[in-house]
Amino acid sequence: MEFFKTDKIYDFMGKRFSFLAISILLVLASLGILATKGLNFGIDFAGGTLIQVKYEQKAPIDDIRDILRQKEAFSNASITEFGSDQEIVIRITSSSNSVATDIGDEINTLLKSTGNFEIRRIDMVGAKVGNELREKGIMALGLSFIMILIYVSYRFEYRFALASILALVHDIIIALGAISLFNVEVNLDILAALLTLLGYSLNDTIIIFDRIREGLQTSKEEKLEDVVNDSVSKTLSRTTLTSLTTFFVVVTLYMFGSEIIHGFAFTLLVGIVIGTYSSIFIASTFLVQLRFSIDNFRAKEAEKVKRQKEKEKMRAMYEQGTI
Amino acid sequence: MKIFNYRLVIFALSIIFGVVFAMPSFLQTQSGKKINLGLDLQGGLHMLLGVNTEEAVISKIKSYASSIKYFAQDEDILLDELSINGETIEFTILDEDEIKKVDAMLAKIKGLDIQKPNRLNYLITLSESEKAIVKDLSVSQAVETIRNRLDQFGLAEPTVIRQGTTDIVVELPGIKNAEEEKAARELISQPANLELMAVDEEITDQVYTMSVQQAAQYGAVILEKADNPNEKYLVKEIPILNGEQIIDAQVAFDQSNQPIINFTLNSSGAKIFGEFTSKNIGKRLAVVLDGKIYSAPNIRERIGGGSGQISGGFTLVEAGNVAIALRSGALPASVKLLEKRSVGPSLGADSIQASMIALIVGFGIVMIFMVVYYKGAGIIANIALVINIFILVAVMAMFGATLTLPGMAGIVLTIGMAVDANVIITERIRELLKAGVPVKKAIEDGYSNAMSAILDSNITTILVAVILYAYGTGPIKGFAVTISIGILASMLTAILGTHGIYQMLMNKIQKSKNIANWFGVK
Repeated sequence: MEFFKTDKIYDFMGKRFSFLAISILLVLASLGILATKGLNFGIDFAGGTLIQVKYEQKAPIDDIRDILRQKEAFSNASITEFGSDQEIVIRITSSSNSVATDIGDEINTLLKSTGNFEIRRIDMVGAKVGNELREKGIMALGLSFIMILIYVSYRFEYRFALASILALVHDIIIALGAISLFNVEVNLDILAALLTLLGYSLNDTIIIFDRIREGLQTSKEEKLEDVVNDSVSKTLSRTTLTSLTTFFVVVTLYMFGSEIIHGFAFTLLVGIVIGTYSSIFIASTFLVQLRFSIDNFRAKEAEKVKRQKEKEKMRAMYEQGTI
Repeated sequence: MKIFNYRLVIFALSIIFGVVFAMPSFLQTQSGKKINLGLDLQGGLHMLLGVNTEEAVISKIKSYASSIKYFAQDEDILLDELSINGETIEFTILDEDEIKKVDAMLAKIKGLDIQKPNRLNYLITLSESEKAIVKDLSVSQAVETIRNRLDQFGLAEPTVIRQGTTDIVVELPGIKNAEEEKAARELISQPANLELMAVDEEITDQVYTMSVQQAAQYGAVILEKADNPNEKYLVKEIPILNGEQIIDAQVAFDQSNQPIINFTLNSSGAKIFGEFTSKNIGKRLAVVLDGKIYSAPNIRERIGGGSGQISGGFTLVEAGNVAIALRSGALPASVKLLEKRSVGPSLGADSIQASMIALIVGFGIVMIFMVVYYKGAGIIANIALVINIFILVAVMAMFGATLTLPGMAGIVLTIGMAVDANVIITERIRELLKAGVPVKKAIEDGYSNAMSAILDSNITTILVAVILYAYGTGPIKGFAVTISIGILASMLTAILGTHGIYQMLMNKIQKSKNIANWFGVK
């Protein structure tokens, strides 16, 4: 079975401005959503308390609202169904710092009259920890970019690195746009998903760039566009296939995984689609737009080969004792 | 036919390793190293506590004030207005001749910063370096105390570790319900600060009319009775003894069969206690626990032997917890809750079940897809995939790594990504076959052509995983761990392992008339 004929070469670069336009639109739309709607930060980053309660019967959400509204401290609590109508999540923006008696205990007592329930999860993050986690998260994201920049520059060339970083920024912005649009709660797991998406999208991009590098060294094409078309076409099967297998497992995670990792799986789902799209259509476009010079690269490569040969020659001469 | 090649041997060894070490985790055997389940999967309580280290400084000052008072009494030195103001001890010596004695005594205490506005007045604080030491010590002492208490609470494997300068991480796996969780939290946070204090009999009749500030002028504080907040006592601010001198505390019952706590003092405590009681017969002694008075009996005679009791309407459970807390020592400073993650066991079990289903379904889809798309090559890739999971589990079990819910997601994701190497390789082989390269060379070149792409892409993914590990908290660390191990294992299975299998089958493949059965294309 084959999705794409390996010997067929598609003219990706000929249409690169259309893709660029689509991407710019998507990025602008995402930035617009982010600017107007913002991100729904969960308690990991914003601080607060989250209580997950499971009732033996359908959860009496209205009763719970009424009870909590009467308490000053819980008047701004948000109560939502979680996975099933028996299970709810109560979110409170405040946190308590008493170890012995916390908000969870208070809720437990307050809800006693609403039926038989079990408190299944209480997460409480104080403001100080929330700030720390946010700082750490931003550090992690920034550091990832820097590491990638260094590694790809080392393995390829700085324009490859720049192109892949641009593609990653593109991916992250669009994924964040989707997260904001669908009101996904941003917690640590979403950060992990975003970083995974970074790694994943970069993975795809690098495999294509690897092919481009190989093409630059071996093929006789004169134009960078042609080398890129050739390389992207040849890796098309692989890119779609791996994306598909990964997409399958993430879909199963989204469908069958527990409610808690829905946001995580959702982010990955969006990320895989965007990451695959950007690797095929956008990363190489950036590379071409950055005016990567095929002649310079070949000249440098030739220089390298020449030096290598000279070294070997010297070595051979040395070993033969002619020097 | 060359069956054995070095790749296959390494692969076989890794299969054995994977299967042997993964078994205890899969079969949940009694013996052998198993994967640890994170608190989010097995249920439990994770807390980040902050120690209010300032309090330790103040209590240190208080204990120095006690020593000064005791010394002065012992030596018959008259001190006027010995009191504590914030972090400062203040007193005035009445007799000039005794300055030398006091100075000599103070010189023995290290880390004091003594100021004298004039010859007879003393203002004593802790020096900055001493404060830092006291604060640092209070955190490690709090860790020790909480650990001791939890060890006696009867939960399996509590973890108490220090984090940073003032914080403590407490992890309690296997908490069954909200009540047990609350009990554990109460035990942890109970200061268990026992003080024996003298009731200020001279001003005691003014107890209900005096303000806190007025009382402070007399060097006294107003404390409430534990079982009746309306009943108040005026006690001297500087305690006679504190919980540091307790060596044992046990639950017992009084005549009316109410639970009480018997405590025993160490020898120096017993001495101070004996002397105080002999000098204060007829006066009252307040037994104060965490700032509340439990009882204030009249001293009838000298109490030697250094034992006493705390009574005052405890339930049996409370009495038990107080006894544990007293035995394991007082918290040098109170702790506050900074972060808490509590997961009930049923939610953990649900999470495991849900992720297992996702794992199995994902596994199934990927395996079927690989076979449909690649035929023989797909089967070989699937073998590698199965072994990959075994190795992943085995390595995690061996290193005692913790499996969390995001970690489970990481395993699922690994399944999707681990076939990547085989996809890249097989695509390369297909390309070469189409170009008319003989099958043996196509396979060998396929592997070598694919290598740089696989390495580069995997290394970048691992780089990101390392950063996640460094900056993530518990569950996220679990994700980074499974992803990294999964990728490393896939290098072994998907690159080395499948290559070995191809080499083993090379004769067969070469003789085969239908290459399409092997690689899915002609």
